[in-house]
Amino acid sequence: MTTATTGSTAAGRDGGSPGSASAGGAGVGDAVAVAVTDVPSTQVTATPGRRAAGRRNRGRNLLLALWLPVVLLVGWWFLSANSTSPYFPPLQVILQSVWDEWVIGDAKTQLWPSLRHLALGFIGGSLLGVLGGALLWRLPVLRKGTNPIVYFLYVLPAPALLPAMIALFGLGEARQVALIAFGATWPALLNTLDGMRGIDQVKFDTARAMKFSSLRTVTAVVLPGASPQIAAGLRASLQVSIILMVVSEMIAASEGIGYFILYAQTVFAIVTMWSGIVVLSVLGTLLNYLFVFAEHRLLGWYHGSRAVGTDKA
Amino acid sequence: MTQTLGAHAAGATPAGPPVLDVAGLRKVFNVGRPDERMAIDDVTFDVVKGEFVCIVGPSGAGKTTLLRCISGLSAPTRGTVQFEGTALTEVPDQLGVVFQDYGRSLFPWFTNGSNIALPLKARGVGREERTKRVNEVLTEVGLGHVEKQYPWQLSGGMQQRVAIARTLSYKPDLLLMDEPFASVDAQTRFDLEDLILEVREEAGITVVLVTHDIDEAIYLSDRIVVLSGSPSKVREIVTVPLGRDRDQVATRSSEEFLELRRHLLSLVMPH
Ligand SMILES: Nc1ncnc2c1ncn2[C@@H]1O[C@H](COP(=O)(O)OP(=O)(O)OP(=O)(O)O)[C@@H](O)[C@H]1O
Ligand SMILES: [Mg+2]
Repeated sequence: MTTATTGSTAAGRDGGSPGSASAGGAGVGDAVAVAVTDVPSTQVTATPGRRAAGRRNRGRNLLLALWLPVVLLVGWWFLSANSTSPYFPPLQVILQSVWDEWVIGDAKTQLWPSLRHLALGFIGGSLLGVLGGALLWRLPVLRKGTNPIVYFLYVLPAPALLPAMIALFGLGEARQVALIAFGATWPALLNTLDGMRGIDQVKFDTARAMKFSSLRTVTAVVLPGASPQIAAGLRASLQVSIILMVVSEMIAASEGIGYFILYAQTVFAIVTMWSGIVVLSVLGTLLNYLFVFAEHRLLGWYHGSRAVGTDKA
Repeated sequence: MTQTLGAHAAGATPAGPPVLDVAGLRKVFNVGRPDERMAIDDVTFDVVKGEFVCIVGPSGAGKTTLLRCISGLSAPTRGTVQFEGTALTEVPDQLGVVFQDYGRSLFPWFTNGSNIALPLKARGVGREERTKRVNEVLTEVGLGHVEKQYPWQLSGGMQQRVAIARTLSYKPDLLLMDEPFASVDAQTRFDLEDLILEVREEAGITVVLVTHDIDEAIYLSDRIVVLSGSPSKVREIVTVPLGRDRDQVATRSSEEFLELRRHLLSLVMPH
């Protein structure tokens, strides 16, 4: 749980949160920059010339983002090619196993329970976090009272709660979902609170002067105003969720990708274990990219307005 | 420290019941706390229908605070504010506010068109009517088709026009403006000043504009409320008998203008 992101930092730096130590973290950060250059040119009436330039730019940025991973993969491929160590099989063998086990074979059935837990836990925790953050924002008395507790729970390593979750929810899926939801709640909550507190008072004066109802103030001022930081919080929540998904499947579980990896290791099927790890990192990277893609769709205004006055605009 | 001179009775301002009546207004922040601070001491003035009144005062005099009080955004500590004959408890429907900093009051997450349509939406105006009105009011403030762009894609002067358009969209009776031209260049400033005079002429709107610029106040106003430094009192209310037709070059170089300017400068200069 290195994702100690109090959103202001995360939101202030294009979402490249300090916790992005997971696979593909750095690459995703670069992808942010790619999309930033793209946003204004699609919103201002883009001439064909500009659009082509944008495409060239995107191609160049993609190259910049991918050169190191490609070099590393190629290096891995050749360095491991003649490996006889049972712990570090050749990459070719691992990829072959990914193909055999996950694409052709039925290891992929392990993905569905994992993804189900992840989706339920992440969505549930995020909702709780955003609602809780909004509530604490509205009620300063509650905020001041809960402040020490919230930080206490936030820094508590969630995996340590797994035994408690088992005691509370038994061995079924519920405790996995509950653990993921618990971990996902805090980054979302703290960032939502921070984001809402950071909205300029003048925006609220403006809303009142225009005679907004409370509901309209929430939908037209509070939520969009805090959305960049809420998004940064959700991204941190997603990373925590993925970690907790795997951890919860490694303890007293009988299905899921975490279980698959651990089981392969215990029966000394090291190649199979590696195939699980590769699939897991591909999954994490894909989810991260998906998130960044959605974020840029929804927060085009934010990235566009921040790029104003720079060459990116 | 002369108190309110009832100068406007003799002036050429249109007669009628006051649209805005501010009496003995005082605003103290953080009452009863160690950081208690009086921003406004005692302010009394009124504004009649169709009039253009400027409030001038040095930076920090409490102009923004005063504007928040007379718009119903903030409750005065003492004194009363009446809009069209009733005491303020909230922002009245028929009141429009243009804030000091367009960058802070426009919503960057909405396009210009949506920004302008917001007060109409809040008033239950239908979609078709909204679109029509957005186009009308954009033309009125001298902007072309910028409704699909975002505020941050426009220059500062254009953004302030969008902010003005947003306030004009629902045709308020009274327009309150807080140093609306403070953060644009001189040329744009002249253009916007003339724009407001035009809008006021065409829409028959009443305007109260806050500024720290004496020349701007004289150029725009029928009357000028001169505030002292913080905590502010009304130093004097000056009538500006320059007639309705104003011209940036001719008006500003006329003898009456210079005379008024001398008088106002002597009022705001420290004694
Ligand atoms: N919410 C508040 N709490 C405490 N003090 C405040 C508050 N709002 C304003 N003040 C104080 O009241 C005084 C007047 O502020 P105000 O913003 O009204 O001045 P102003 O005349 O609009 O200044 P400027 O010309 O710089 O815009 C300032 O000293 C400010 O610090
Ligand atoms: Mg001010």
